[in-house]
Amino acid sequence: MSNKRDRDSVQNIIIVAFSVCLVCAIVVSAAAVSLRPLQQENAELDRKSNVLQAAGIFQTGVSIDEQFEDIETRVIELATGEFADHIDPDTFDQRRAARDPSQSQELRGREDIAGINRLEDYSLVYLVRDDNDDLEIVILPVRAYGLWSTMYGFLALESDLNTVAGLGFYDHAETPGLGGEIDNRNWIAQWPGRKIYNDDGEVALRVTRGGGVAEEHHVDGLSGATLTSRGVDNMIEFWMGERGFKPFLENLRGEES
Amino acid sequence: MASQSKKVLMDPLFNNNPIGLQILGICSALAVTTNMTVSLVMCLAVIFVLCLSNFFIAVIRSQIPSNIRIIVQMTIIASLVIVVDQILKAYAYDISQQLSVFVGLIITNCIVLGRAEAFAMQNPPGIAFIDGLGNALGYSVVLMVVAFFREFFGAGSLFGVQILVPVSEGGFYEPNGLFLLPPSAFFIIGFMIWALRVWKPEQIEEDEFEIRPNVNKEAF
Repeated sequence: MSNKRDRDSVQNIIIVAFSVCLVCAIVVSAAAVSLRPLQQENAELDRKSNVLQAAGIFQTGVSIDEQFEDIETRVIELATGEFADHIDPDTFDQRRAARDPSQSQELRGREDIAGINRLEDYSLVYLVRDDNDDLEIVILPVRAYGLWSTMYGFLALESDLNTVAGLGFYDHAETPGLGGEIDNRNWIAQWPGRKIYNDDGEVALRVTRGGGVAEEHHVDGLSGATLTSRGVDNMIEFWMGERGFKPFLENLRGEES
Repeated sequence: MASQSKKVLMDPLFNNNPIGLQILGICSALAVTTNMTVSLVMCLAVIFVLCLSNFFIAVIRSQIPSNIRIIVQMTIIASLVIVVDQILKAYAYDISQQLSVFVGLIITNCIVLGRAEAFAMQNPPGIAFIDGLGNALGYSVVLMVVAFFREFFGAGSLFGVQILVPVSEGGFYEPNGLFLLPPSAFFIIGFMIWALRVWKPEQIEEDEFEIRPNVNKEAF
């Protein structure tokens, strides 16, 4: 009986609660800290394989790091479109930069076409060069808000900086089976070969249901996922526009030709 | 003693299966069974969590004050689940991406808390560990059977190895998409419970209400 009372005493409750929390906290933090390097490596590999997949140059069976060696990672300033080589691309965390008020700007109202709230000042870009050191593919990180979530992906452009080479999303939480079909290979397969800009240099690529858009600028929207499709549409409009990568692409076009 | 541990280990497999008889842990059984590899990893995660949570709770069972016992149990279970999640992210990244939130949701799996409360609080660590193992295996048996049917009929493969070549790749098999959707797991579990109760009729519950034939003939 006395044992029973001891166990339920306030003192004992506090001691047990405290020691259980302490032990659990130590175990959890030890696991988290000791495994972090491996996890970061995995996340890094995952991001790299997404870059490769978006560009359509992913080969199974070859180590991702090896494949990634041919890809040049650079940081650019979005507003000017200039390379910003004072920032080390290996340590630049674009997602964090987009949240950090000192490294990003708030987008308001009509500016915020893609629903991303904040636009970072600098962005990563990936350049794939062929054996003659000529630009083959440019891979750009893009994102937009769909129905439930921000969809993160990569858009790859061919060397004319207008034709889509590929598109791939690596992080989103759209409805599986409806909006989640943005991961569907058959839908993704529509993208390569489409042209972003029309002859006047305006963003002409549209993701819509049905026609009304010239074939080379048209991607068929997902049925049953109007808002997700609209998100992807907005994503192209924003990131290929003046606030997005257009200044960079224009600079690059001047440089390469 | 040996026979008792055997009973504790074997009973949850078929006689007192957590999914089949107690109908617990259905959520993850629906969500992670589209692919046998993913299900296997989920099963291993549940085995790890259930064995160790039962063990540690049994070790400190006489110290746990009864009015905060659920919180203490949940803290231990949640810590173990986080450890599993971290390990998966470090060593099996692809699979942890596919399992996504469902590893975290082991915390809310009724089997884990149920065994902690019903068994580990009253029994010494050794037997509690075996009880955890038995129940986790009972859960795993169901998961693997469901995953077998779903992957085989839904994608024509087992453990990702193509067995029936689908039409889209030039084969003869038209994959049954229903099997990849959650409702199919309901059907399969339903059929399993049916089969289990045909095999072991003592699991059939008594009717709560007996419907009597209508004897009043004056109404019409």
